[in-house]
Amino acid sequence: MAVLEAKNLGIAFGGLRALQDVQFSIGEKEIIGLIGPNGAGKTTVFNLLTDVYVPTEGTITLENQNIVGKKTYQITQGGISRTFQNIRLFKDISVIDNVKIAMNFQMKYSVLSGIFRLPAYRREEERVDKRAHELLQVFNLDEKSEDLAKNLPYGQQRKLEIARALATNPKVLLLDEPAAGMNPTETKELMETIRLIRDRFGIAILLIEHDMNFVMGICERIYVLDYGKVIAEGNPEEIRNNPRVITAYLGGE
Amino acid sequence: MDLLAQVFNGLGIGSIYALVALGYSMVYGIVQLINFAHGDIIMVGAYVTYVGLVMAGMPLWAAVLVSILFCGVAGVLIEKLAYSRLLKKGAPRISLLITAIGVSIFLQNLSQLLFSSSAKSMPAMFPNGMLELGALQISSNTILNIVTSIVMMIALQLLVNKTKIGKAMRATSEDAGAAKLMGINTNSTIAFTFGVGSALAAVGAVLYCNTFHQITPYMGGMLGLKAFVAAVLGGIGSIPGAMLGGYILGVAESLTTAAGGSQITDAVVFGILILVLLIKPAGLLGKNVREKV
Repeated sequence: MAVLEAKNLGIAFGGLRALQDVQFSIGEKEIIGLIGPNGAGKTTVFNLLTDVYVPTEGTITLENQNIVGKKTYQITQGGISRTFQNIRLFKDISVIDNVKIAMNFQMKYSVLSGIFRLPAYRREEERVDKRAHELLQVFNLDEKSEDLAKNLPYGQQRKLEIARALATNPKVLLLDEPAAGMNPTETKELMETIRLIRDRFGIAILLIEHDMNFVMGICERIYVLDYGKVIAEGNPEEIRNNPRVITAYLGGE
Repeated sequence: MDLLAQVFNGLGIGSIYALVALGYSMVYGIVQLINFAHGDIIMVGAYVTYVGLVMAGMPLWAAVLVSILFCGVAGVLIEKLAYSRLLKKGAPRISLLITAIGVSIFLQNLSQLLFSSSAKSMPAMFPNGMLELGALQISSNTILNIVTSIVMMIALQLLVNKTKIGKAMRATSEDAGAAKLMGINTNSTIAFTFGVGSALAAVGAVLYCNTFHQITPYMGGMLGLKAFVAAVLGGIGSIPGAMLGGYILGVAESLTTAAGGSQITDAVVFGILILVLLIKPAGLLGKNVREKV
């Protein structure tokens, strides 16, 4: 069964149709790649999925519920979480609080019990604190939990973004160029981490990436976007040999 | 000893500035808006206290509580009615600023309509006596002001740093777009910030009434401006900074008056602001943030 499904998805900015008739579906625990040349509309797809832009046509369903028209924070609470192409951590906030902020909506206590530190406050804070540390441990960030996010090296900031996205308890995790700026060793490590995330958290992952070794190595299925349309879909082998994909990337004669 | 007594007097007045400055600072921190209507919230708080205490004959605690709640709700309403749409549509800062001035004028005229423009006198609210510490004499009201402001600042620090709504506030202030994507309802977080800021202004209003015993529809003007100066002086966006700025202003005023310069207190206050900003443009405790270009 599909966890996340898009049908006839399209958006126009003025006269420019950035996306047209985009269809895809993501099953449980699948790792799906979204590739395409620069400007094909990959990040726009992510922005539509999270209500940063509102689609001009089409539907998006998360576990059979239409999410078009829902607010961004409601979509996140409903189970879609993402990272960004250019890192957008809360820079002047500690590593652990970055993660806790993403768990904010799961905490149930009133402002008053927060001010007066009633048992409800303590119980919830302890629970979240424990889970946040567990998440950081998965990414080997626990030792730096009190550092400010901006003081982490680049690779760890990328990891923290993923940890923060996971903290919202997503059903689908969207990763926008997770391997950008990483060296081959780090990329390899990241592939393992992503598989680990899928197995450990049991979630589906949709990722945008330009590093073809990375995409081909980790994704079970791949969608290829070009000029705002899906031009191919299939497993890595099929995509590699698809003439339309080759033309889109290398240009036709 | 006379000097020390004047310093305490200054801290007492400064506490009122500080409480109001907190509101300026919090709202600026979260939406980068100088909410010029904030000064008039003090006036609203003062009149609500007056209505409760004098006109309706409520007991003191009830009048104070009603005033704080009323201002909190008023703050949320002002945000929802006047600013929320502008913020959502990404309106330029100048539109927000003009709206704030509009709200300020509206509040002044509304209270003039309801209560006339002549001053109302407030009865003494808390018993006032002189505390003698050796040769030093301090009025109990001064102590009350200082203690209240410190308690409020600590409570606010705990709220911002230790609770979930505080985390939501910090996240929204850093990157509202990313905060939404982390499941935070930024609109209600912003409204909450306005509410808390306005409730603090009401506390300031009660202390003001207790100290000066006279209220007018225009009292928020100068008081608001000075609190704004305090917030900028301390580093706008910083909670301890707002407090520090308020205290410095109060002490500077009180010392100037004591030195026989009561005519030029305002000049001194603004002079200090200019001097500090020349040396430390981000304010005393403000962070040097370079705006993204």
